[in-house]
Amino acid sequence: MFDFISDYNDPTLLGAFWMTVKLTVFSGIASLVGGTLLAAMRVSPVPLLRGFGTAYVNIVRNIPLTVIIVFTSLGLADIFGMTMGAPDDFALQGFRLAVLGLSAYTAAFVCEALRSGINTVPVGQAEAARAIGLSFSQVLGLIVLPQAFRAVIGPLANVLIALTKNTTVAAAIGVAEAALLMKEMIENEAQTLLIGAVFAFGFVVLTLPTGLFLGWLSKRLAVKR
Amino acid sequence: MTEVSVAKEDVAATGDLVVLKSVNKHFGALHVLQDIDLTIARGEVVVVIGPSGSGKSTLCRTINRLETIDDGSITIDGKPLPHEGKELARLRADVGMVFQSFNLFAHKTVLENVTLGQVKVRKKDKKAAEERARALLDRVGVGAQADKYPAQLSGGQQQRVAIARALAMEPKVMLFDEPTSALDPEMINEVLEVMQQLARDGMTMIVVTHEMGFARSAANRVVFMADGRIVEEATPDQFFSNPRSDRAKDFLSKILHH
Repeated sequence: MFDFISDYNDPTLLGAFWMTVKLTVFSGIASLVGGTLLAAMRVSPVPLLRGFGTAYVNIVRNIPLTVIIVFTSLGLADIFGMTMGAPDDFALQGFRLAVLGLSAYTAAFVCEALRSGINTVPVGQAEAARAIGLSFSQVLGLIVLPQAFRAVIGPLANVLIALTKNTTVAAAIGVAEAALLMKEMIENEAQTLLIGAVFAFGFVVLTLPTGLFLGWLSKRLAVKR
Repeated sequence: MTEVSVAKEDVAATGDLVVLKSVNKHFGALHVLQDIDLTIARGEVVVVIGPSGSGKSTLCRTINRLETIDDGSITIDGKPLPHEGKELARLRADVGMVFQSFNLFAHKTVLENVTLGQVKVRKKDKKAAEERARALLDRVGVGAQADKYPAQLSGGQQQRVAIARALAMEPKVMLFDEPTSALDPEMINEVLEVMQQLARDGMTMIVVTHEMGFARSAANRVVFMADGRIVEEATPDQFFSNPRSDRAKDFLSKILHH
């Protein structure tokens, strides 16, 4: 029944899911860093930074991810010649462009999750930190953000799960991840439902433990007040 | 040369530490601070009392610029209060503050609360900071709680940790913004005792409080505020036994006789 799986070697089923995992991990890390910077901008006392953060979030989160991913390939790479350090290796170039697009998109959601976390930190925490002479970046980095992160592990888990599934959009620019292999299998085989079930199962295997682990972590790290 | 500089230091050491000159502040249409003039000498303990909404907490918070002022000037140890930035942070390190709601850093242990400023602002090494923190925690009577988190402590213990955290910065002056107002009655004394000890040790203190007992026993001077103005300034004895203004008489009659 599952013999068709072994007919695919470039990539194999596991190889395709490995690509999904790589896209998720790299984009996850980059969007966490980017989202944190954006959140810092959105609460900073500098109007220019605040304006940039607000504009970025409102523009990027309202554009469909497909448009962003296709733009990285047809726009950034083809028109502006951004080859991401891999001008001859199109597979690597596509991977890096996809990570760039996914990170830029997901950062907006990380930023907003984090900002709601910042709002759960009582204002007295920041006042006490300022009162002992900490600078703005120290207040944010040592007192406010650590508490904000702990408050939004749950919402961040949602963002990460959404990101895992959003990596399928990278198929649009030919990155050899799970969804691209699924499309190829569906075109070639007569077992559409079974193929769909296999890939659905694959994604659940990736996201379910993520959600459970982060849910546990969120309870463990909750700040008691 | 040397003699001159010694003489200068003597002058500085006895001079005025905190000087507010015609300070005004509005919250929208509300004129919360109206032409406040107040001078606090080194080593002096000034208690600010008055009805709620009189601007006493706001006054306290302007001194380390947690609240900005609209006009007037505030100088601390001869230096005008800087605007935002590094200069302001440096000044705040010299001005200890104790809040009504304690505001201990909730994600850090008691010990970390007291070492953080020493390490990150005063650039002390971790070991020296911990030694000083433990000594201070012992001094305020919560040495045994050093490794707990703030939420595991009673209100009175938390407030004493907050005092230790402020003292760890070796401040020139300490601001207390209603330090006992959020405490259960049986915990008020343990905090007041620590404050009284501080006063005896010569710390310059500005204390906004409703604790008249503390004002009587520890204050050098009582400042009575109402409706954004300083209505009366006197020694505690004078103020409590013979208040001059009607506003103060009215206030005292409501809180002292029952």
